[in-house]
Amino acid sequence: MAVKFSGCLRGVSAFSILSLLCLCGCSPTPAENKNSVVIWHWMTDRQPAFEELSRRYEELTGVKVTFELYAPSDAYSQKIRAAAQSVSLPDIFGILGEKRDFSSFVKAGHILDITPYMSADNGKWKNVFFSKALAVNEFSSDNTYGVTPGIYGVPIDITTIQMVYNKKLLKQIGGNPNRPPATLEEFLALGPKIKASGIQGLVSGWGEVWMVDCMANNYAFNVMGKDKVLATIRGDVPYTDPDWIKVFEIFNQMQNSGVLANGLVTMVNKNAEQLFANEKAVFAFNGSWCVNVYKGMNPGLEFGAMLPPAVSSRYPMVIWGGAGSSFMVNARSSRKEEAVKFLRWLTDREQQVFLAEITLNLPANKDSLKKISDVLAQFADDIETSTHPNVWGGSEFPAVVEALDKGIQSIVIGEKTSVQVAEEVQKIKQRELSKKNSK
Amino acid sequence: MRIKSTLENYLFVLPAVAIFLIFYLIPFIWVFQLGMYEWDGILPTKTFVGLSNFKEVLTQDNIWWLSMWNAGYITLIAIIFQNAMAFMLAMACDREIKMKNFFRLVFFIPPVLSEVVVGLVWQWILDGNYGLLNAWLLKMGLPHLVKNWLSDPQTALTTVAVVHCWKGFGWGFLIFLAGLQTIPRELYEAARVDGANAWASFKNITLPLMVPVAILVAILTVLGTMQAFVLIIAMTGGGPAYHTQVPVLRILASMRGSSRFGYACAQGIVFGVVLIIISFVQYRFSKRSRQY
Repeated sequence: MAVKFSGCLRGVSAFSILSLLCLCGCSPTPAENKNSVVIWHWMTDRQPAFEELSRRYEELTGVKVTFELYAPSDAYSQKIRAAAQSVSLPDIFGILGEKRDFSSFVKAGHILDITPYMSADNGKWKNVFFSKALAVNEFSSDNTYGVTPGIYGVPIDITTIQMVYNKKLLKQIGGNPNRPPATLEEFLALGPKIKASGIQGLVSGWGEVWMVDCMANNYAFNVMGKDKVLATIRGDVPYTDPDWIKVFEIFNQMQNSGVLANGLVTMVNKNAEQLFANEKAVFAFNGSWCVNVYKGMNPGLEFGAMLPPAVSSRYPMVIWGGAGSSFMVNARSSRKEEAVKFLRWLTDREQQVFLAEITLNLPANKDSLKKISDVLAQFADDIETSTHPNVWGGSEFPAVVEALDKGIQSIVIGEKTSVQVAEEVQKIKQRELSKKNSK
Repeated sequence: MRIKSTLENYLFVLPAVAIFLIFYLIPFIWVFQLGMYEWDGILPTKTFVGLSNFKEVLTQDNIWWLSMWNAGYITLIAIIFQNAMAFMLAMACDREIKMKNFFRLVFFIPPVLSEVVVGLVWQWILDGNYGLLNAWLLKMGLPHLVKNWLSDPQTALTTVAVVHCWKGFGWGFLIFLAGLQTIPRELYEAARVDGANAWASFKNITLPLMVPVAILVAILTVLGTMQAFVLIIAMTGGGPAYHTQVPVLRILASMRGSSRFGYACAQGIVFGVVLIIISFVQYRFSKRSRQY
């Protein structure tokens, strides 16, 4: 009995020790290999193209580049943060999120300042990019994030977010397929015709809120101009300003006229893309990546890109644009020189043309635009006049952005007025400002 | 010898204690500690803010309490309708009916399906423009009932609650069925000999003996429903506006949307304490009912 018990005890002890060893993570550290570079990303649609480019690069240089895909983007975002905490980021990685998060990665010493590489040879590398694509990855000398000025990311492709219209359906409701509505008045006038024809008007991923924020910002720039929008972010102009109420009211007008699709406020972008690709909606508010998506869903779809219809002629309609995706080099990597070399090769004209052809995304290299489709070219036309929150030098409080987005949803579903939403957003803005000032 | 025996005893419980410490107690303490910092989850430095995150959750965050209210509403519907349905179906399957095993299998399919898949399928069924439900309502001559079920603030939360009940009733069904099968058949036979009809047998035998099981199912329903969020993300994303926001979605929003890890931890602790209080109250209630 004693022998049996003692054996059992040994078993338990061994199990305990093994468990603790496993829990402590006693796995061996892989040996550093200078001839390999590891990249983490979330871009499912680009993985085959990346793998092909990796194969070509290995043939050329002998350096093996491994693209590790982690999707969906939410899971990737968490993985990157966890890796940052455990200081186990790969040689190259992308960051999802706002400029504030980007700045935290830089301040924590995870991202290499690539300004010296970009500026070498009179800025030879830097000059191949669209300035807007680079600006998203840059911290200027007057940035409010406390980051040392410099370029911290390499843009791989660019994105603009605007509207697209179905040429056939626009004609069906009495519009001109070669001249989509340019003013809000013209756009709203299509509402009754859309309703009468039984098709959907504007579809978008407004259930994902950031797209509401994007359109609201487009109209804010159009109604009050960049300076006043930025003054609002700084806290110098309240959201109860008549210009902001006018911006909120645009959404009410759109809803009342019937140009917005049913159920838009909980629609995710994937559903919106399906509706537009299946010719059930006349308009969509989407990013330039949609060209690839629509082609996959309905290759015969005839559509064009357009700016959101302007409400005022005082200021231009400015859309969001800039780097769609960028790669950052791990400042702590022992292979950072190899990583920079690979990124430089990846953004050369030939590789950028290949990526654009395969993925139908706009290339970040401005010399690579010659081979893109007409619709994609329409998206590219507005890149130099676009803007993005990441280039404004400061960010709005996330709580304010959420209140603004949800407030617009409330306007669209008819439970709040523009004035009520403006007051609520301003109340949250004041709360956040006082919290910031008390720190 | 005695010391050795005591050590041996401790050694036997060591693995369980280690797992409990590593996976439950230490993370809980760590989360509580993080709740006292302002931290974005990226920077190595954290700013100590004391209990101000907890104060903000408890006194200033109206959306948080709205989300608690929404979760409470879904839980109430689940406790009443989901469990009533589970109990009725368990009663039906406990009898000698044809294809009993087939029904038992079918009723347990929804809980084992992926919540995301269920959410997306129901989103498709309930779509305001091209959904099956609205198409059926139109076919049946009920156009006044056609709605944007998930984007209308009047119906969104209730619709989500109903789908949650459909998804979750299988667990209650299984537990109720197991409970019903433990009731000795002799009791029913004796009651029948004494002239009791079906209703009297149900009221005087089934119901009293099923009370502890019903309380267990209620506790599991409350804990499961209050923490539900995957189905809601898949169906409405928490919208329209804040109409289907639930606590776990708010914690995620604080972490991912606002990069306020410390605040998200404080929300998590407050939410955990609320769940512990609810469980404790239910446990006390169940103990009292067992004494009767």
